[in-house]
Amino acid sequence: MKKLMFGNEAIALAGIHTGITLGTGYPGTPSTEILEFFSELGGRAQWCPNEKVALELGIGVAYAGGNALVTMKHVGLNVASDPLFTVAYTGVEGALVIISADDPDMHSSQNEQDNRNYARSAGVMMLEPSDAQECYDFFIEAVKLSREWKLPVILRPTTRVCHSMSIVEFEDKKYEPVQPKEYIPDKPGRVMIPGYARPAHRRLREKLARIKQWNETSHLNKEIIKSDELGIITSGVSYLHVLEAEPNASILKIGMCYPFPSELVRNFVKKHKRCIIIEEGDPYLVENCRYYGIQVDEKPEMYRFGELNVNRVRRILSGDTSPEPPVKRGRPPRLCVGCPHRAVFTVLGKLNCIVAGDIGCYTLSVLPPFQSMDSCVCMGASIGVGLGLRHSLPPEEAKRVVSVIGDSTFIHSGLPGVVEMVYNPPPTGHVIIVLDNGTTAMTGMQEHPGTGKKLNHEPTNRVVIEDVAKAIGVENVVVVERVSQFEKELKEALENGKTNFLVVRRTCELLKRKQEKSKSEEKVEEKTNV
Amino acid sequence: MYENKVVNIIVGGIGGTGTIMCSNIIAYSAFLAGYDVRKSEIHGMSQRGGSVSSDVRFGKVVFSPMVPDGEGDFLLLLHPDELENNLYRLRESGVVIGPELLLGDEKDLSLLNEPKFAPVNQKNFNICLLGALSRYLDIPYKCWQESIFTNLPPKVHDLNKGVFEIGMELVKL
Repeated sequence: MKKLMFGNEAIALAGIHTGITLGTGYPGTPSTEILEFFSELGGRAQWCPNEKVALELGIGVAYAGGNALVTMKHVGLNVASDPLFTVAYTGVEGALVIISADDPDMHSSQNEQDNRNYARSAGVMMLEPSDAQECYDFFIEAVKLSREWKLPVILRPTTRVCHSMSIVEFEDKKYEPVQPKEYIPDKPGRVMIPGYARPAHRRLREKLARIKQWNETSHLNKEIIKSDELGIITSGVSYLHVLEAEPNASILKIGMCYPFPSELVRNFVKKHKRCIIIEEGDPYLVENCRYYGIQVDEKPEMYRFGELNVNRVRRILSGDTSPEPPVKRGRPPRLCVGCPHRAVFTVLGKLNCIVAGDIGCYTLSVLPPFQSMDSCVCMGASIGVGLGLRHSLPPEEAKRVVSVIGDSTFIHSGLPGVVEMVYNPPPTGHVIIVLDNGTTAMTGMQEHPGTGKKLNHEPTNRVVIEDVAKAIGVENVVVVERVSQFEKELKEALENGKTNFLVVRRTCELLKRKQEKSKSEEKVEEKTNV
Repeated sequence: MYENKVVNIIVGGIGGTGTIMCSNIIAYSAFLAGYDVRKSEIHGMSQRGGSVSSDVRFGKVVFSPMVPDGEGDFLLLLHPDELENNLYRLRESGVVIGPELLLGDEKDLSLLNEPKFAPVNQKNFNICLLGALSRYLDIPYKCWQESIFTNLPPKVHDLNKGVFEIGMELVKL
């Protein structure tokens, strides 16, 4: 069967076709739709509070013998890196496939880290699909590899793979999720005390050496020989740009980039007078070649930044290092008309606050007309950074500092920051403002534990944000539901020298419209049913 | 007609106004017509009123999902302000299909709500422009129709079929 689909859709479909027992993740562009599609297709999927928890659930599923799918964006893997490095040692019983969706050019991210480096440093197999068909095929391969070697596998699509559509061929039949029957213990294999971890590390390296051997002749890598002149070594979506930019060159496309198939590359290089590596982001393939003593040309440093495309590949191949025409980005996104965050940032500007900000729509408040955010580092950082500023600035300055964080971001990684505030309160106190719009708006309206609804919007237990703050021991916890009340509450909090926690609660304007629309559609349906 | 040529279409609009839907309809129509199709877009921040553009490419075999700069054959312009950001991506012989087909020099899209344009309005003029675009492409009408019906809810099918046909009439080839 043939279907036109997004890379993310193809991964979800492959999840159904490989009997994924449970899909877990945290929303993050460009990975978000994978679990949504998977759920729509009938898969069991859930949003977790953050990527670390999502991966830990996946590890549990795979220890039990099930097949686990764990999704996140590239920076999510930083959060999940703690369990990642050690599950490489313990291995798994079933399958554990982690999707790390990277975002070269930072279309919707705070950095453009290249997560191929994680595969190498954690010792985890990594596959790089170039389009939707490969998302489907490579995911199925990843599940097989994971079960066969009893190790986790990372699938690394990028924005242009996740959010591009192409034709996918697949076999349409009935698939059932893998359902483990009983727990088979393996204490020395899964309890990583030093005495068990030392042999586990050796086991991992020994397996990786064998996987490298396998990868030297694996069908995941593809060689196209055209002549003995120019050879191009590439991976991921860059492969497609190369095919178009230089149809006469030989190509070696690396599908499994870790463990690196050095001898395959060496032989390819030997067959050509000149070889160049065309890869997006960091010089990962280049560094591997250098390590194994393989002579290849590389792209000039200027092409490390941003995405590659056909034009840039042509420039690299012709050795063009002249300045590139500036990328036209058009009008920037901004806070929506009617967005409840707008009033908050107007007040913060008016009161001349120093705003330690966070990740979400509200980060856009750094742009005109508000220009009222002073820092944004990573998920949850607003609280720690705000406290650090309060601890170090002179009192008159420190009193202006507030931490601003969204509801989903707060649940993701804001909680330890609140504990820190209560445990080590700055002399001037502190003010945390949670912008609770009832959804994970930035990534497209996903539920989270604070909304009381599951991934598929069915009701579940709700984590009440202000109750959590009270339970931790914050002195002044206030819920502001009327924006007009906010300025007064904030002024008080800035003056009282206590630990403060203001929850500004108003539904996201886009979510409101969406809800109204679905309500009116329901009504229409009711009428037609009558 | 396009046996050895890839047709490159750029859809340029503003987040939340149907840019992505339009490119979905084009891509699916081309798929139904039997072409190899690739489509690419950036929609991370698209709901917050920023510029959104989507590339659709179809032909016998398509490689890169992104239209190379200067190789666009058509720019489907859904908002007059987006012309500037996208024009450099068209080839010299490239064709712009935009609201001026209906509005002439007027740039205010809300004018589309005037009764003289009915049943076309600000909400559905994208489909009207798709009708205009379809006149240039070797994709059968029935593929367009099936694609529109697949991508839009049933209650607007009849209306959009009519609006698409009005768009077809706007282009005299």
